[in-house]
Amino acid sequence: MTINELQEEIIEDFELFDDWEGKYEYIIDLGKSLPKMADEFKTDDNIIKGCQSIVWLHPFMDGDKIHFLADSEAIIVKGLVSMLLKVLSGHKAEEILNADLYFIEKVGLAGHLAQTRSNGLASMVKQMKMYALAYTSQELKI
Amino acid sequence: MLVARLNNRIEVLNTLDIDKIRAEFPILDQDINGKKLVYFDNAATTQKPKVVIDAVSNYYAGYNANIHRGIHHLAEKATSAFELSRKSIKDFINAESTEEVIFTYGTTDGINLVAQTYGRAFLKQGDEIIISTMEHHSNIVPWQMLCEEKGCVLKVIPINDDGDILFDEYKNLLSEKTKIVSVVYASNALGTVNPIAEIIEEAHKVGAVTLVDAAQAMSHIDIDVQALDIDFLCFSAHKLYGPTGMGALYGKKDLLNKMPPWRGGGEMIKEVTFEKTTYNELPYKFEAGTPNIADVIGITAAIDFVNKLGKKNIADYENELLQYATEKLEAISGLKVVGKAKEKVSVLSFVMDGIHPQDIGVLLDQQGIAIRTGHHCTQPLMQRFGIVGTSRASFAVYNTKEEIDRLAEGLEKAKRFLL
Repeated sequence: MTINELQEEIIEDFELFDDWEGKYEYIIDLGKSLPKMADEFKTDDNIIKGCQSIVWLHPFMDGDKIHFLADSEAIIVKGLVSMLLKVLSGHKAEEILNADLYFIEKVGLAGHLAQTRSNGLASMVKQMKMYALAYTSQELKI
Repeated sequence: MLVARLNNRIEVLNTLDIDKIRAEFPILDQDINGKKLVYFDNAATTQKPKVVIDAVSNYYAGYNANIHRGIHHLAEKATSAFELSRKSIKDFINAESTEEVIFTYGTTDGINLVAQTYGRAFLKQGDEIIISTMEHHSNIVPWQMLCEEKGCVLKVIPINDDGDILFDEYKNLLSEKTKIVSVVYASNALGTVNPIAEIIEEAHKVGAVTLVDAAQAMSHIDIDVQALDIDFLCFSAHKLYGPTGMGALYGKKDLLNKMPPWRGGGEMIKEVTFEKTTYNELPYKFEAGTPNIADVIGITAAIDFVNKLGKKNIADYENELLQYATEKLEAISGLKVVGKAKEKVSVLSFVMDGIHPQDIGVLLDQQGIAIRTGHHCTQPLMQRFGIVGTSRASFAVYNTKEEIDRLAEGLEKAKRFLL
């Protein structure tokens, strides 16, 4: 599926909820079901700066696709990062770089983007794009 | 009979009309995420009563002008209002003269001023500065910067598990090497009220100069700088129902006089030539550039507001809220209060088993309840307790027990969601 198709899927999922309770229960469930990251990846280098809770993000390549593993101490953040993984992980570097993540606003979580210092959603997106950029420039060098 | 009636009357006078007080804070009358706002982030900043908002906007609407050297009517009016605030602060903390009140942009600015002027001029290699474990970063970093530059040593007073400083340990740290003791009056993260009079008395015995970070204490505790024999005191207006970006440094006149100026520019000079500049008298020596006039004017309104209610009445009421909230929250299983000092201001920090503070903050926000989560700019303190952070509810005079009930319900709900 393309990044936009995946975003549409999330938007559809969120249409089921008409109150914050449902929405957050869903995000918390996503957080709880995100597989625990292996401790070896929980390095200082993998910590995303600008979040109130620690968020680890580990990228790796599989062919020409970038995959991400992520984890957080806070469950809601973990749910948010899980959505980002669903949308961005497993795509080509250019696709990640050019992705317009409109789903965040569509599902009513834009507030989390603004609160960079506490939730760090914007920092996570930025970091994922930075990795994509790094891979693109590596390819260019080759 | 008459005595009874008089007592009754005093009782009535001392009882605050909270509904009436709330009505003076326009911001409280709004819904957040569909629920009536509960504002429990007062230790970060208090809301502003209409009198303060009006004072600031009346200045801009009616007499905005640059102060001190203006020749025209508006400049005179603005200067008078500006200098009236200096007097309001002087009276509020019982300083000896208005020259001892320096306007700053807040507590942080004041501490930096002392570190960069007094500290740089009078401290030398090997001298020691004492702070406590519960200091805000703003009362740690300026001293670390000074220590790095001058080769001084920073010493830290330890605390016990309740969040009280270990006074004997403090006394052991003091020596003739101690030049500055800079301690918070009331902790923003724990609520602890430190025995500031005793701390100052001991510091003076070894000839050290004292700085009191009164950011958190100012709206709760009556402070008399002369009675406490405080050398320097810093506070921020915005935690005292006043405007943001404005605060003051109090310093004893002889200390301020011997300190070199810090920022150079207009206002702080007497005469400038390209060869040499002579500096202005106190307090202007430390006030370079056009100050934050509007917000300085606003502080008078804030102080009047507090005086009208009476600091003791405010403290009594807030204490009642703190007791109520402590009981209410401690009844929630898995919740642990962090900071059980003997004497506290209305700050209630807590952690919940298996739950990250950030998750609590997000879910309370969804219910219209504003608290603060995280390390509260006191990372070493959090390390002392072995925690990443806390959730903190802090109460002001306009808060109510009903709001605390909503916090307790909100926390139960958050717990159901997260566990």
